[in-house]
This record gives sequence, C-alpha cells and structure tokens, in this order.
Amino acid sequence: MTQTDVDPGTLANVQFRQVGKPLTRTDAPGKVTGRTPYAGDYVMPNMLHMRVVRADIASARLARLDVSKARALAGVACVLTADEVTDRTAATDIPGQTGQKRLDTDQPILVKDRVRYFGEPLALIAAETRDIADHAAELIEFELEPIPGVYDPLEALKPGAPLVYGEDNIVAERKIRKGDVEAGFARADLVVGNTYKTPFQEHAFLEPEVGLAWVDENDVVNIRVSTQVIEHFRPIADAIGVPHNKVRVRGALVGGGFGGKEDLTVEVYLALLAKQTGRPVRLEYSREDSFVGHGKRHPFILTYRTGVTKDGKITALDVQMIADAGAYVFLSPYVVLYALVAAPGPYRVDNLNVFAQAVATNNMYTSAFRGFGALQACTAYEQQMDEIANTLGIDRLELRRRNFLKTGEPMSTGFVPPSAIWTEQCAEKAWAGLGEPSPEKGPIRTGRGLACYQQSYGRLTFLHDTSEAWVGVEMDGTVVVRSGVTDIGAGQISALGQIAVEVLGVTLDNVVIYNSDSAVTPLAGTTTATRALYMTGNAAKQAAEGLRARLAERAAQEFGAAPDEIDMAFNEVFVIDRPEQRMPLVELVRTCAAEGIHRSELAIFRAPFSDFLDPETGQGQAHPDYAYGAHAVEVSVDVETGEVEVLKSIAAHDVGQCINPAAVEGQIQGGAQNGQGYALSEEMLYEEGRLVTPSFSEYLMPTAMDMPNVECIILESRSGVGPFGAKGIGEPAMTAVAPAIANAVADAIGVRVFEMPITPERVVTALQQRDAS
Amino acid sequence: MPETRTITLRINGREEEGRFPAQRTLLEALRHLGHMEVKCGCEKGDCGACAVLLDGMAVDSCLTLAWMAAGKEVTTVSGLGDLDSPHPLQTAFADGGAAQCGYCIPGIIIAAKAIIDAHPEPSEDDIRLGLSGNLCRCTGYTKIFEAIADAAGEMRAEGGAP
Repeated sequence: MTQTDVDPGTLANVQFRQVGKPLTRTDAPGKVTGRTPYAGDYVMPNMLHMRVVRADIASARLARLDVSKARALAGVACVLTADEVTDRTAATDIPGQTGQKRLDTDQPILVKDRVRYFGEPLALIAAETRDIADHAAELIEFELEPIPGVYDPLEALKPGAPLVYGEDNIVAERKIRKGDVEAGFARADLVVGNTYKTPFQEHAFLEPEVGLAWVDENDVVNIRVSTQVIEHFRPIADAIGVPHNKVRVRGALVGGGFGGKEDLTVEVYLALLAKQTGRPVRLEYSREDSFVGHGKRHPFILTYRTGVTKDGKITALDVQMIADAGAYVFLSPYVVLYALVAAPGPYRVDNLNVFAQAVATNNMYTSAFRGFGALQACTAYEQQMDEIANTLGIDRLELRRRNFLKTGEPMSTGFVPPSAIWTEQCAEKAWAGLGEPSPEKGPIRTGRGLACYQQSYGRLTFLHDTSEAWVGVEMDGTVVVRSGVTDIGAGQISALGQIAVEVLGVTLDNVVIYNSDSAVTPLAGTTTATRALYMTGNAAKQAAEGLRARLAERAAQEFGAAPDEIDMAFNEVFVIDRPEQRMPLVELVRTCAAEGIHRSELAIFRAPFSDFLDPETGQGQAHPDYAYGAHAVEVSVDVETGEVEVLKSIAAHDVGQCINPAAVEGQIQGGAQNGQGYALSEEMLYEEGRLVTPSFSEYLMPTAMDMPNVECIILESRSGVGPFGAKGIGEPAMTAVAPAIANAVADAIGVRVFEMPITPERVVTALQQRDAS
Repeated sequence: MPETRTITLRINGREEEGRFPAQRTLLEALRHLGHMEVKCGCEKGDCGACAVLLDGMAVDSCLTLAWMAAGKEVTTVSGLGDLDSPHPLQTAFADGGAAQCGYCIPGIIIAAKAIIDAHPEPSEDDIRLGLSGNLCRCTGYTKIFEAIADAAGEMRAEGGAP
C-alpha cells in the first residue's frame, strides 16, 4: 500500500544501516503484551484517591461553597477549596513571550468567586477509596448565581457584550501587512470571497488524564503523570509555592496526546494534595472529566477574499480570522499566530493582509491540538482554492500549480524556508493515486477532493528552543540514551534509539532509552509542535557523534589509521579500506574504560533563535522550517440521507528522511483518521457553555467501520533541518485531510457546506438550498 | 455498607480470589488484583480498551459485574502470550507498527482473537465488524487490519489456533 520515492540526486553517499528501516519499535513488545505500565498503572501503599468537583453552570458567581459535610465523612483525608490555595494560577505560558493581553486571564487553581466555564474546578477531595471520594463529592454543597455569559465570539466582540474578563474580551490580535493589497485587488480580474467555519474538536486520547504524586525523602514532590511536557515542573512548583528543584515530574509512555496533554492537567491538584496530606495521592479523570477538563481545538471563523487573474494567478489576499479562545487564555495567542502565518498556505502571495483575533467566551477554553491554528487556516485556504478554480473553470490541481510557493521563495512572513518545497510533487502523486473513479448508483454521488498544506515543525523561533541528550556506551557494548523527551505514541524514543545506534554502529536491540524524568534525564523540551524528532533527534545525533568521534580516535590509534578511516557497524569497529583490521565494539569500550576515556557525551541542540515577528507587518522568522504535502480523497454522498463515506484516502508527504517508515505511515494514517472525524462526524455540542456530548457514544470519531485503508506516498527530499535531513510528520499528517474531504463532498453534490463537521443534516440542508435557488 | 462477596476468578489460567461489592465491575476487580494490562478508557462500554475474553467471548469488562464473572475463564492480553512467547497477534501488531500509543491495544488484540476464533480466515469485513466496538485514536486502523490478517495467516500456517 505504500510507495517510497527518493530523489536519486540525494542518494549519493548515504547508506544507512538502521535509519530508514521499518524496524519494530523499542516500545512495541511491551505494549502488545500488556507489560507496559502507563501512568495510571502505578499504585503505592497508603495511597489516597482524588476527585475534582466541578461547576455545572458556565457563567456564574460562586455564592456559597460548603464542604463541611464532605470533610466530616469517615475516610476523607482532605478537601481543598480556593480558601486553602493561594491566589496562584495554574496556567501554561512563558511570560513575556506571547505579547498577549494578560489581565487576570490565567485560570485560578480553584474557583474563588467567578465561574467562567462549565466544569471549572471548585474543590479537590482526597479519600481512602474512590467510592468514599465519590460520596464526599455528593456531600459538597454549592450555590452558583448565574451571570449572563457569552458563547459566540462574534457576540463577544460586540460593544456591551458580557465580559469574560478584561475590557473587550480580546485575548490576542495578530496581523500581517505585506505588499500592496489594494493594488493587488485592482489588478485582479475576479475577487472570490467566502467565509468558512471550523468546529471545536476533542483530542479523545484513549487514556484519560491520570497521575500519582508523593513526597519523597528530600521533601521533593514527585509526580508520575501522563503528560506531553515534564517541564511543567516549574509552573507546578510556582503554583504550590515551592522552589523549582522541589518538584520532579516523571512521565510514562503516554496513552495519546495530540496536544491535549500539553497544558497542565492533573499535576497541580496532585501536588497540592500530596503536599497537604503527606501521603501518595492518585487522580484519574473519568471520560466525562476528560471531556470537560482539558482545552479543545479552537473553532475559527475565517473570511477569505482572494483576487485572481483570469489565468488563475493570485494577485491579492485578505484574510480575517476569529478564534474562540473560550474562558481562559492558555495557548490561544500562539494558536492565532500559527493561523496567521499559515493563512495563504503553500502559495506565493505577495500582496497579503491577515488579521487574526482570539476572543474570550464562556465556552470551554481552547488550546493546543494537532495542527495548532495552521490546520484551521488550511481548512479555509484549500476550500477557497477549489472555489476559485470552479469560478474560473480551471482544473483544481492546475490552479494550485500556478500558485505554489517554490523552493527558495519567501512565505507569508517574508521568511524563506531553508528546505525543499515539494508541494507540487506531493499533490500530483496523491491526486493520481485516486485511480479510476468509483461508480455512482441510485442516490449515491461520488466526488474527489485535494488539499495541500504548509505546516511548521519545531516551536516558534522566538521561544529559543533547546534540547539536550546524553548518549553513553556500557562496558558490554550496549548503548544508553538519556533524554527528557516524552513519548506520546508516535515512536519518539524508538527514533532516538535508531538515530543513536545508526551513528554508533550497534543494533537496535542493544539500546535502552531512559526518558521523561525531569530530575535525571537531560531536559529535552516538550513533545509538541512536531518538534520531538527535529529537536531531540538532532540532540541525540550530536551526542552520539561526539561519542563516536572519541571512540574512533582511540580505535584509529589502535589500527594505525586516521580517525576518519574508522567505521562502526554491527557492533564492530573497523578500518574502512582494510576491513580485516577490526575489533568488537565491546573491546574498544573496555580499552577506553581502562584508560579513563569518557564513554558518554552530553549534547545540546539549539533551534535557530529569532526576534518576535514585526508587530505591524508580521514579517520575520516564525519557525525553523516547514513541511509540505497533500491529501486526496474520494467520497460518496447519499443525496437522500446526506451521509458521506470516504472511499479512498491518499496522502503524499515530503518527510525529508524517514527514520522509521512504519512509524511515519502510522502517523499519516492516524492523521487521516483524526482529520476525517473533524471533517465529518466529531461534534461538540454546547448549550450556554454546557457540553451536552461528553461521551464516545455522543462524540463520534471514526471507527473501524468508517475508515478506508489509508494509502501513504512518502517522498524524501532529505532537505529538512531534522536529523539526516528529516522533517516532521506528526501535525502535517492531519492538516490537509478535512479540506480534502470538504472539497470532495462539494465535488460530489455541486454545492459547498461551509461549516464543519459536514454532518448529514448539513449536507441535506445544502442540497435543499441548492434546489430552491 | 453494600454487601460484599468473595469470588474466585480464573484469570489467564490461574485461580484468583477477591472480595468485592455487588456493583464492582470486572474491570475494577481485575485491576484491583493487579491486572493492569486491562485498560480503562471510558467505563461506559464505548471504547473497548477494557475488553477481555469471558469464556472465550470478547466483552467490555467495564460493563460486566465482577460477581457475574465468578467461576468463568477470564483471558486478558497478557494471557495470550508474553515477551518470551508472544501470540502471533502480538508479534504481528508489534512488527507491523499497529501499536502506537498502545493504550487501546490490549482491548483490540482481545477483539482480534475473538475475530480469528470465529473466522480463521477473516475477510476485511469480518475484521472491521469485529473491531467496531473498539476505538483507536492513533493508527487510523489500517495497520491493525493488516496485523490481524497477517496473524490469522500465521496461525493457519501453524496449523490451528493456539
């Protein structure tokens, strides 16, 4: 089902032994046999069970909170309310670097007087058993006096709207002013204007938020938790009022993240109660807790006005974006920044205005989710490309071809991405991959859609991101990698192992990777922003290369050769042109040990550092680099019921260099699923801020019955800034899926549904409107 | 206090005893007894992460009361095989890249075992239908389908299911 294309020009002198092979991931055997402990599988003697009590109205004043009966219940160890916690907040941010307005906009740990969203935590309980904790929760009495709330960002922007906080509900504003948009529109033969709407989305990782905390012999609060970011030990320490070196966060293999475990989840609650009770405490969210307890994907309203010539060249683009930030800031300023930068997509647009706002409402707060604003932009710009093509009567791929940004050209921010831009190759392969059209029958119409994308990998460059890794070799020739990186299921740590053993010439079964411990593994940064392979992979490669250089120098001495004549492979060290001169790696390591030569290396990788984008023009460098690719689908639509089925789903991505092709395909196929649900079926319904779909029987993600077999076409330009020329694929895998599906549905029925998800009701309504007009 | 009862469960071929109240689910009981390989995803029967074989039939252990399982044979993913002697399904899932975050996999492999028991040569429709009660958020299912088909082939080649 998969074909791999390598540019033959880039193949010279590249001969990998481990990298690029579909090896069994180091974490796989434990997972398939049930051996792998996840964060929720740890228990301790004398452990207490926690429960969070939440507000059941979205906008209210907390008039009364009485926990006395709960505290009096036998078996209850502790109940905490805002009265007992300080005024500290539990927000995720890097102060001073977002440039957002920050007026009391961070979420308090527990509600003191004002409830701003449905499910906001009021109290924490720790009890001897889960049953007692549940019983105690029922004994907590609270009165909420409703305050008029605002649940639509457009309403929230109107003068006189209820204020969630601040003066105007505006959380962040960003803009791009590039070229001369008025002149561009004047030159256009045609202006196409449309508004697209994207929905909330739930991450729906199968493992709900969970953790276990205890205070150790050094008075350090230890937290074993399912998280994408162990470096939250700093805000956790700030929140509970201890020095940063008194909190230790240990991850575990994470049961899915997708951005939903990027912010703090249960950590602060655990730390507070471990500290307060002096006993181990465990907190596991129920599925309903998980639905209301972490931020969602931002819904966006995106208005695109594009000027084009008759032959399909874009002359100007004006974009207005409004994102629903929900009730607290979290990562909204970053998300709208990503959307801003991504606004024109992988196209050359020299005359560009973009204005993006994040607006506070009393909906669930919104934050990180795979694609992070850039995905919402893609959803709009790729539907817009089809609208333009159809208006002009130009083939949809051909219109894109005439506008693609090419290698070496400046993108929206004026920055020239350093790597190859292979959007066109990807688009052609994905589109051709659809093959012969499927037949139509009765009420079934079929249609095809294509979408291309540009998605960053690596964090914003003004954040000055770094990653450390340690690589060492043991006396028996086995290899140890230490990196703080969390593995959220994409094979992050296995890739580090593959990179280290490639450099050191050992086999993957000879490496162990210690990861995800803020106290003992070198801090490697977050597993977010498609940065793990890029940042930690480069760090591990540097560390392994440093170690290899030292080993090679000693071996060269042994063989009477130059260090660059030494190679290492299959657990042996040898002279490249005289392979009879060889010795087992283990022998060389023992020689080094006997002579006091270092058998390890600690390296730091630094992403490019830049200043913040120019606040007036939005020009400058935003990210280290970008990934490009395309997704093509064929759908069938039942014009009587409005039901959409995805028949073919074909992805073509330039991943730079595959480290593990099986893992790359896995990311692509999972991204296709995540995007398909977003496009068609996943719907979070809120009534005045109250979530009415808090379960998997109401929030419908694609099942085994819904997913086509996703075909992966992997291109390798070897031009990325990751290890061995790799780019990232975590987020890019999802970005273009939903607009491809939307375009296919429009192709099938001849009318566009401008709001996702494209439910049967919306399809039928669109068909009725088409027939009426 | 609710009534509690001591029950005996036969788990992965070994008898284990526990004292549980009437409302305790099989999922809670198994994890209480240390069978952490059985995962909790929703406690509502929506996701299938907690699936086990009960007398050979795949069930959501979160929807099964512990008392109801007394005296029955419970098989978890760890009962199918281990690191030294993995079941063909486990090998196929690991080698085929079908496990990503892996949290749904104990339930999915149990569902897959039930599929192959019923259909030694499963069609794609058999596989899809058999997995319709299990959610996975990472893989898009494609590699899971492939792994199940591969394992079924391997098991037929070995001459019958273990």
